[in-house]
Amino acid sequence: MTEFLQHIINTMILGSTYALLGIGLTLIFGIMRVVNFAHGELYSFGAYILYMVAILLGANFFVALIAAVVAGCLLGALLEIVLLRPMRGADIDTTMLIMIGAMIVMQNGEQFVWGGVAKAVVTPFPELPLVIGPFSVSWLRLFVFAAALGLIALSYFLINRTKLGKAMRATFQDRDAAALMGVNIQLIYMATFAIGSSLAAAAGALLGPVYVISPQMGNLASLKAFAIVILGGLGSIGGATIGGFILALAEELGAGYVSSGYRDAMGFLIIIAVLLFKPTGLFARAERIG
Amino acid sequence: MKRLSPYLWLAIFASVPLWLQDPYLLNAFITTGILIIAAMSLNLLLGYTGQLSLGHVAFVGIGAYASALVSLGFDVELIGGIRIVHEPWPVWSGFLIGTLLAALCGYAVGKLSFKVRGAYFVIVTISFAEVTRLVALNWVELTQGPLALTSIPPMTLGLPGIGYLDFYSKQSNYYLVLAVLVVAYVIIQRLVRSRIGRAMIALKENESLAVSVGIDVTRYLVLAAIFAAGIAGAAGSLYAHYLKIIDPDVFAFLYTVTMVIMVISGGKGTLAGPIVGGLIFGFLPVVVRSFAAPEVQWILYGLLMIVIVFVLPKGIVPALEKWLSTTKMPPSAEPYKAKMHDTP
Repeated sequence: MTEFLQHIINTMILGSTYALLGIGLTLIFGIMRVVNFAHGELYSFGAYILYMVAILLGANFFVALIAAVVAGCLLGALLEIVLLRPMRGADIDTTMLIMIGAMIVMQNGEQFVWGGVAKAVVTPFPELPLVIGPFSVSWLRLFVFAAALGLIALSYFLINRTKLGKAMRATFQDRDAAALMGVNIQLIYMATFAIGSSLAAAAGALLGPVYVISPQMGNLASLKAFAIVILGGLGSIGGATIGGFILALAEELGAGYVSSGYRDAMGFLIIIAVLLFKPTGLFARAERIG
Repeated sequence: MKRLSPYLWLAIFASVPLWLQDPYLLNAFITTGILIIAAMSLNLLLGYTGQLSLGHVAFVGIGAYASALVSLGFDVELIGGIRIVHEPWPVWSGFLIGTLLAALCGYAVGKLSFKVRGAYFVIVTISFAEVTRLVALNWVELTQGPLALTSIPPMTLGLPGIGYLDFYSKQSNYYLVLAVLVVAYVIIQRLVRSRIGRAMIALKENESLAVSVGIDVTRYLVLAAIFAAGIAGAAGSLYAHYLKIIDPDVFAFLYTVTMVIMVISGGKGTLAGPIVGGLIFGFLPVVVRSFAAPEVQWILYGLLMIVIVFVLPKGIVPALEKWLSTTKMPPSAEPYKAKMHDTP
């Protein structure tokens, strides 16, 4: 029982960052209909910016964290303007191929700039974990959980309570009608991609110090993000949040009780099962976002 | 002239080992040839039925592992204490079993995954490939996991009355790959020019219209998946017996990406496309490797992929055909020819 509860604690922490990844991707996929294969690379990009600012430049850990989110946002906007804007009318396969090309360039660019050896980031949190009864959680993980929850709340607020969010939801429902009502579609697309990218970068910057930072860390992140989006239903932020926690739970329990080698297989088995039995996702309402 | 050119090309490629002595380049020809076979099979799905399968490398890997294991033998214990002991069989039977097993997996995956389309299909196929990779990595008793299957015997063919033919040397492997490539090409050509192929193309152009005239969508898609997977499995078997070592990296997503680049750059939905694209992207690493680190090579690959999608979305072969037809054809015939290429 204690072991099970420890798994639940781990699930909450992992799931909160997975939810960030999923929310970013579901916004991009839902609003822009772009299958963003570079999502995992923005995740590792965030981790590398944290490493660069915190370790190489010697800045404060929290400053580095904010720098990673801002850098992810800027890179996302740049990718959107350079790669996606000229291909606006193209079909989904074409943009997917472009994003695969971007993924290859980014991943190998990271390896070229920062080398293939995994990097560790030292954080200002105490080494000794917080122990409550039989359970122990490191302070870093607790911070990751709190920060991720904060960012999830922030994206809820952004989508549901701001003018930009309203315009994004309108664009998701009917692009042409939104454009006729004076919504600047190009701006909305750029903002969507930038916000999605910054959430991915935030997830990477938060999880990077928990594990290690390597150019390959984005590989599985992209596919896991897709698993979360499919699980939660396209364009559903609530679905992506719950999907993130479900995937984390499946991985934790799979690794704990089946075999740690198949931890990463859980996400893919979930994808296959959901798409075959309930292709609309577990929580999808009809086409709407929020 | 046009009818003759495939034979001319075949003669040129058959003569390669006669004038090319450099083993490094010959090796590049062989691995490129194997990748071209896999790309041709992917083209059947991507180019003719219009389904972007990004898990194609799974079938290559399944063919490679099945073929290697049949010829090496194995001893595994399944859940429930059932033990399977397999004595080594001749290599040619491994090739056949690898091909058939891949085709069978193609049937199963096709049957399941063609329920969904577009982005969802892509994700299901990637997920399948990742699961097979993780199985190859973790089922150590069968696959040796990351330690790799080693000392895989080279291909042998038993010829009645003559004895055994061994494919040890690079030259003989080159001809083996070329022979399989030609057979695969002919099978694909026959398939796409038959009624089945026309049905597939109809599906790609307009699925709901094809359904309304009575084409059984799933049946033709699954049929395409069976052939594509089987040919990919054959390519995997060739790969295993040529390199004599395979590890779970044969399932790497980058191999699928390489195949996709070959098909897209050459021209999806054309018979020559994967060969042209395959030769370019098979030899590009050889050229680039001489002056750049591997990651720089991949960065160039990625950039080239983006540029090709931007500049030549239909690929090199259709662009060349269009260019040739506009320069050679008399003006009166031009509108008709142009119309044929403008199909969406």
